[in-house]
Amino acid sequence: MSTKQKSLLVQGYEVVIGFETHAQLSTQSKIFSRAPIAFGAEPNTQACAVDLALPGTLPVMNKGAVERAIELGLAVGAHIAEQSIFARKNYFYPDLPKGYQISQFEIPVVQGGEVSFFVGDEKKTVRLVRAHLEEDAGKSLHEDFIGQSGIDLNRAGTPLLEIVTEPDIRSSDEAVAYAKELHKIVTWIGICDGNMQEGSFRCDANVSVRKPGAELGTRREIKNLNSFKFMQQAIDFEVRWQIEQIEDGHAIQQATVLFDPDTGETRSMRTKEDAADYRYFPDPDLPPLVIGRDWVARVQSEMTELPRVMAARFVTNYGLPEYDATTLTQSKAMAAYFEAAAKACGQAKLVSNWVMGEMSRRLNASEVGIENAPVSVAQLAAMIGRIADNTISNSAAKQVFDALWTEGGEVDAIIEAKGLKQMNDTGALEAIIDEVLAANPKNVEEFRAGNSKALNGLVGPIMKASKGKANPAQVNELLLKKLQA
Amino acid sequence: MTALHDMTVAALAAELRAKKINATELAQHFLARSQADTSGAFLSFNPEATLAQAKEAEAQLAAGTAGPLAGVPMAHKDIFVTTDFPTTAGSKILEGYRSPFDATVVRKLGVQAGGAGMVNVGKLNCDEFAMGSSNENSAYKPVTNPWDTSRVPGGSSGGSSAAVAARLVPAATGTDTGGSIRQPASFCGITGIKPTYGRASRYGMIAYASSLDQAGPMARTAEDCALMLSAMCGPDLDRDSTSLDVLAENFARDLNAPLDGLRIGIPKEFFGEGLASGVRTAVEGALKEYEKLGVKLVPINLPLTELSIPVYYIIAPAEASSNLSRFDGVKFGHRTKDYTDLVSMYKRSRAEGFGEEVKRRIMTGAYVLSHGYYDAYYLQAQKIRRMISDDFQQAFKVCDVIAGPVAPTVAWKLGEKTDDPVANYLADIFTLPASLAGLPGMSVPAGFGENGMPVGLQLIGNYFKEAQLLNAAHRLQQATDFHLRQPGGAK
Repeated sequence: MSTKQKSLLVQGYEVVIGFETHAQLSTQSKIFSRAPIAFGAEPNTQACAVDLALPGTLPVMNKGAVERAIELGLAVGAHIAEQSIFARKNYFYPDLPKGYQISQFEIPVVQGGEVSFFVGDEKKTVRLVRAHLEEDAGKSLHEDFIGQSGIDLNRAGTPLLEIVTEPDIRSSDEAVAYAKELHKIVTWIGICDGNMQEGSFRCDANVSVRKPGAELGTRREIKNLNSFKFMQQAIDFEVRWQIEQIEDGHAIQQATVLFDPDTGETRSMRTKEDAADYRYFPDPDLPPLVIGRDWVARVQSEMTELPRVMAARFVTNYGLPEYDATTLTQSKAMAAYFEAAAKACGQAKLVSNWVMGEMSRRLNASEVGIENAPVSVAQLAAMIGRIADNTISNSAAKQVFDALWTEGGEVDAIIEAKGLKQMNDTGALEAIIDEVLAANPKNVEEFRAGNSKALNGLVGPIMKASKGKANPAQVNELLLKKLQA
Repeated sequence: MTALHDMTVAALAAELRAKKINATELAQHFLARSQADTSGAFLSFNPEATLAQAKEAEAQLAAGTAGPLAGVPMAHKDIFVTTDFPTTAGSKILEGYRSPFDATVVRKLGVQAGGAGMVNVGKLNCDEFAMGSSNENSAYKPVTNPWDTSRVPGGSSGGSSAAVAARLVPAATGTDTGGSIRQPASFCGITGIKPTYGRASRYGMIAYASSLDQAGPMARTAEDCALMLSAMCGPDLDRDSTSLDVLAENFARDLNAPLDGLRIGIPKEFFGEGLASGVRTAVEGALKEYEKLGVKLVPINLPLTELSIPVYYIIAPAEASSNLSRFDGVKFGHRTKDYTDLVSMYKRSRAEGFGEEVKRRIMTGAYVLSHGYYDAYYLQAQKIRRMISDDFQQAFKVCDVIAGPVAPTVAWKLGEKTDDPVANYLADIFTLPASLAGLPGMSVPAGFGENGMPVGLQLIGNYFKEAQLLNAAHRLQQATDFHLRQPGGAK
C-alpha cells in the first residue's frame, strides 16, 4: 500500500480530486414538462410553455427521471431516499427562463454508494456522496446575432442527474478510470446515452494538492470536461500549475476554471469572491419526492444485470479471473459477445483470452464496436472449438482469425484451405521425432543426464519439421516416452 | 320582474336552462354595464370574445350539452391567464401580454367542453401580482368601493369585489394568498370563499406565493359560491403538483342542512384591541343569529394569531421574490428601451416594470432567503407556520367551524394607508392564520359598521369542509338580508 501511495505523489505532493458528473437522463420528455427532448432540433422547437416559464405554468415531476435516479442508486449500492426535496437555486441568466433552477440541495434522492474499477491491475473504490435530480438550462447563442445573443431553450428542463464523489481520487489516471467506469455504468443501465460531444455526460473535477498528511488544499473546479483525453490533460496541467504556484509561495485561490484544448491550459472563469448567493429554498411548487420501497423493488426487478454483478457471475460460473471478468464487463456488448461464445464452445477462458486479446486489438485498431465485429460469435466459437479439440494450434488459430476478419468464411474450410490442421497421426509424428532424435544426439544425451532444458532444443526442430502442424502437447508426450524408454 | 343584474347565478342559470332568457342578450346586458363602469373594476374587455362565448353557451344549451352554469356571465381576476383577453396581473411588466393557454380554473368555468359554461365578460383589476389589500397597488388604476367611492374595495381581488357588489357581473373569480378573497368580499358586502389549499388548480394562476395561493369564487350569495366552487375544484395532477387528488364535490348539497348542534369556535384573539367597535357589533350580531339557529358558540384560543403577520410577511415575499424572477425582460413582458448590457437590461426592465409594493416584497424575500439569514427568518417562519396549523387542529377538537371578523375595520379611504405599508400588513391579521394553515375560509355579509360600510363575518373550516362552511353561510343568509342590500353605486 505505502509503495503504491508513494508512486502517486507528484513532486512530493498528493493530488486530491473529487468529481461532479452531470448525466443527462434518457427520458422521452423533460423533467418537469411534457415537451420532447431531441438533440440538434431547430432552436426553441423542443420547448413548451412550462420550459419557457410562461406566467401561470408549474412543474410536474417526470416519473421516468425518478426511475432512472433509482436505477443509478441501485447500480452503485446507494441509499434511495424515502423522501427528497426539490429546491430552487436562484440566479438571473437569459438561458434560465424561470430565474431559478430546480435542483435538489439539502436532501438528494440518491445518498452514498461507491464506484469500483481497475487502474492497471490495482482495484480502486471511489465513494459517492450523492446523486441528485435537476433540470438543465437552455443555451445562449452568441454567434449569428450581431450585437445580440440568441437563446435556445430546447435544452431547458432536460433532466440531469448530478453524481458527486468524495475527494477519493488521487491521480489523473484514476480520474479518467473513474469517469470511464461511471460512464460505463450509466450507459449499461441505459439511463444516459453517454454522448460526451453532445453534452450528455459532462464532468467537473475539483482538484487540489497537498503534502501527504496535510489538511486538504484549496480546490479549483475544472468545468465541463467533455472527453476523457481532455480530462487527463486538464488535470495534469492543473496539478502542475497548482504545485508551481505553491512552490513559488502563492496561495491557491478557490476558483472555477475552464480547460482550453488548444493551449492545453486551464484558466480561471470566476473566483470565490464572485460566487453568487443562490438563495436556495424548498420549491413550494413541488411536494417532497416520496419513493416507496415498493417502487424501488419494482425498478430493481426490471433492471438489467449490473456490470459488477455480471463480473462476479463470470468468476463463479466460468471460472474467470477477476481481472478478465471486469475487463469483459466494460461494455454490455462485449460481455454479451463473450458469454454467447463461451456458451457455444464451452471454453470460457479461451474465449476470454481471444476477446480481450486479438479481438480487442483488432477492434481498437479499426475503431469498430464489438457489436459490429467482422468475426461473429459463431465463427469465434467454432474456431476456439477447433483449438480445444486439437485440430489447430493457437498459432495456427491466429491465421484462421485473420482470415475470418479480412475475408470471412467458414472455420473448417479455412483450416482446410490453408492446411493448418495439426498432425494428429501418431505414426507420421513418431517418424519425425525419430529423425530429429537421430540428428541431435547431444541434446538426447544432456536430457538423459538430467538437463530438462535440453528438451526444448528438440521440440523446436520437431515443430519445424512438422511445419507447425504438430500438436505441441502430443509432441511433448511422445518425446518423453521415447527418451525415457 | 327583477332586473337581470339583480339576479343570482343560480337564478340566471335556471332561466337560461328554461330558455326564458338568452345567453347573448344576457352577455350584452352585463357587458354594457361593465363597460359603462367608472369604478376602475375592469382592466380589459373583448366584446367579440365574450359574445362568441355566449353564442357557444347558447349552442350547448340548445344541444343539451351545456354545463350547469351555461350562459351565466362572470369575470376573471386578471391574475388568471386567458387566451381571449390580455393578462397583466395588474402589472406594467405584463402590459399587453397574451397567454397561449387558459388557466385550469378558466377552462373549468368556461364554455370549453366539460366546463360549467360561464361567459367571461372581461378581466378584473387587482393589486399588482395580488400583493395588497386595497387594490391601490394596481399599476393601472385604483378601484373604488361601490358603497362609498372615496373608499377602497379591499384587495387584492378588489376589482372582483367591486364588480360583484355593483352588479356589473353576477359573480367573479378571486385569488386568496393571505386574505385576498375574504377581505375585499367583506369590504364590499359580498360573499367569497377560499377553498382548502390544493383543491383548485393553480395552473394558469400567476404565482405570488405558491404555498398559499388559492382560487375561489366571489358572488352575492353562498349558494352562488357553492355552484361555482363545485365547477372550479378537482384534481389537476398533470399540470399542478400541489393540486390535491381529491374529487370535486357538489358543494351546494348541504346548503339547507339544519345547524342544530353545530359548534362554532370563537377565537378570543380575534376580538381584542384594534377591532373597530362597529365591526365587533356586526360580527356579534351575526353570531347571535347563529345562536338562534341552534348553533353552540364555543370559546377557543388561537394563541399565535399575532405571529401570523411576521410569518406571512417572510414566507410570501420569499416565494414571491423567486416566482417573479421570470419577469426579466428576456422572453415576454416589458423590456426597457434603455440598456447597455445584460445587467442593465435586467435592472431597468424590472425597475420600470414593477411597482413599489412588488419591489418591496421582492427585496424582503431576497433578504430572508439570503445566506446567513435563511435560518433565522425563513426556517423559523416555517416552524411557526406549522405551529399555527397545529393550533387550528387543537381548536377543531372542540368546534366544527371557527368564526370571527374578516378584518379589524371596514374599508378605509383611498390613500389613507398608501404611505404606511406596515399598517396595511397589520390589517391582514385575521385572514392570515387560515391561509398559513391552508384551511378553507370565507366571508359572509354580517351587517354594517363604521360609516355604514359593510362588515364580513369570517368562517373558517377544517380541511375539505367547504360544504359545511357554505351550509353555515347559506343558513345565515336565509335568516338575514345583508347580502341583498344594494350599494348606492349599483343603481
